[in-house]
Amino acid sequence: MQALTNKAQAVNREPMTFWERLYLINIIKGMFITFSHMFKKQPTIHYPEQKREFSPVFRGLHVLNRDEEGRERCTACGLCAVACPAEAITMEAAERVAGEEGLYREEKYAAKYEINMLRCIFCGLCEEACPKDAIYLSETFAPANFTRKGFIYGKTDLLIPNPKTEASALAMAKGVEA
Amino acid sequence: MSEQILFKVTIDNITIEVPAGTTILQAARLVGGQVAPPAMCYYSKLQGSGGKCRTCLVEVSKGSEKDPRPMPKLVASCRTTVMDGMEVKNITSEKVVDARAGVVEFLLLNHPLDCPICDQAGECHLQDLSFEHGKADTRYEFQRRTFKKHDLGKNIQLHMTRCILCYRCVFTADQLTNKRVHGILDRGDHSEIATHIEKSLDNEFIGNVIDVCPVGALTDKTFRFKNRVWFLKPMDAHRDCPTCAGRVTLWNRGDEVYRVTARKDQWGEIEDTPDGKTGWICNTCRFDKKETTDWIIEGPREISRQSVIAQGHYSGNIGTTKPHETFEAVNGGRQPHLLMDIHDESEVNMPSVHLGQIHGPSHGDTFNNTNKA
Repeated sequence: MQALTNKAQAVNREPMTFWERLYLINIIKGMFITFSHMFKKQPTIHYPEQKREFSPVFRGLHVLNRDEEGRERCTACGLCAVACPAEAITMEAAERVAGEEGLYREEKYAAKYEINMLRCIFCGLCEEACPKDAIYLSETFAPANFTRKGFIYGKTDLLIPNPKTEASALAMAKGVEA
Repeated sequence: MSEQILFKVTIDNITIEVPAGTTILQAARLVGGQVAPPAMCYYSKLQGSGGKCRTCLVEVSKGSEKDPRPMPKLVASCRTTVMDGMEVKNITSEKVVDARAGVVEFLLLNHPLDCPICDQAGECHLQDLSFEHGKADTRYEFQRRTFKKHDLGKNIQLHMTRCILCYRCVFTADQLTNKRVHGILDRGDHSEIATHIEKSLDNEFIGNVIDVCPVGALTDKTFRFKNRVWFLKPMDAHRDCPTCAGRVTLWNRGDEVYRVTARKDQWGEIEDTPDGKTGWICNTCRFDKKETTDWIIEGPREISRQSVIAQGHYSGNIGTTKPHETFEAVNGGRQPHLLMDIHDESEVNMPSVHLGQIHGPSHGDTFNNTNKA
């Protein structure tokens, strides 16, 4: 039968010689490779203590934005949900009533806004679809968990701290810059 | 019976024969597709409509067989009748494309472009028009006209800022109800749809102004902010209504009826019933019958696949019947072990909240009063 490639090699079935039976040379050869790695640059890092820098285009966990006056930008237009290929985003819209003008930017707002992080593929299409600058992908990722509960992120998990009332929390979330 | 006189008319190099007295727009609609000019104010089911918005402008390059001179200016195709041997250019004419872009710019001068909030988004003719024929930018730098919010009764919401003054709702009230109580007040830039002294529109057929409105100026208050139209499931349904034909489209989420509208054809106009009348529906059908048990459901409504409403919908009867559970059948009646029921965690689409039953828009406490178990 003709071989498909020319890489096939016949197995050597001859009995091993004395030196081969000792294995010593091959063990020394192998250990040399192993120990040589002690003097090479480490490819891994000690994760919780050390962290890698994300690339500038990293797409992480979502945040819901507020404007300068601390009002929620989202108007529950549903464009993120319709753009979402994983169908991870759901929301319920509500009408702003008198007295809520300081909370919500527009006449309609998202009373409930949820992202199912089990479904999300972090493609960033929601960010691109948003006409109101309301949703952004940040530079963190969702923490791991043993159960599925807690992966439905609601508005309390997603909204950024209010720049008016929680300025220090916002600065901390942004990462303190000098 | 006298022989009907047929006129030969060529629109965008397609020749058809139509009866004398047909408008160019109607003839173009018979050809269909891209040849039909867009229309914002003309509504074939309303007498006297048309001639206001100028979006249906076409070029007549040959007047008729007897008088082959072209018409000097672009003409409104909804109000111009065909002549024998007329040659019309719609999208094949550069003048028309340019003029239409200008018309769109004018229509959008005072339009607030609040589509993310507007309930009409997704089925708005102005959205389609500006997407297909408009320019990407605006050159307008002045303050847009604004109006105080008027209240037209408990079922109809008026957003005058979005209005393009097409007069369709005025014609609807004139021709469907015995006494019109709303109209256009003031002139020019100040014109607005209003009832003069705050009055509510409460005629039994006045709800049809919502369906004829090409933009989101008149919207259904019972559906206000409930959901976006493209997340709803349009279903054809009918009921035995003593006042109207009762043939409607239900807009459902799950089994809940969120909105009831008349059935609309491919031009966005209300469809005719089998007996040839226009299928206007009454307020009872539109605003009060929000239970699935009120209706006999015929099946899913066909939506043009170009429409955003068609996203996530399948043609045919898929989704109208509950899928057959195979797990129990093959496992001897054993229920699957669910790792998580989404309703335990999610606060969206809660089984305890029935948005279809709430009359007006929901507010923050609509969802907060019914805390999850």
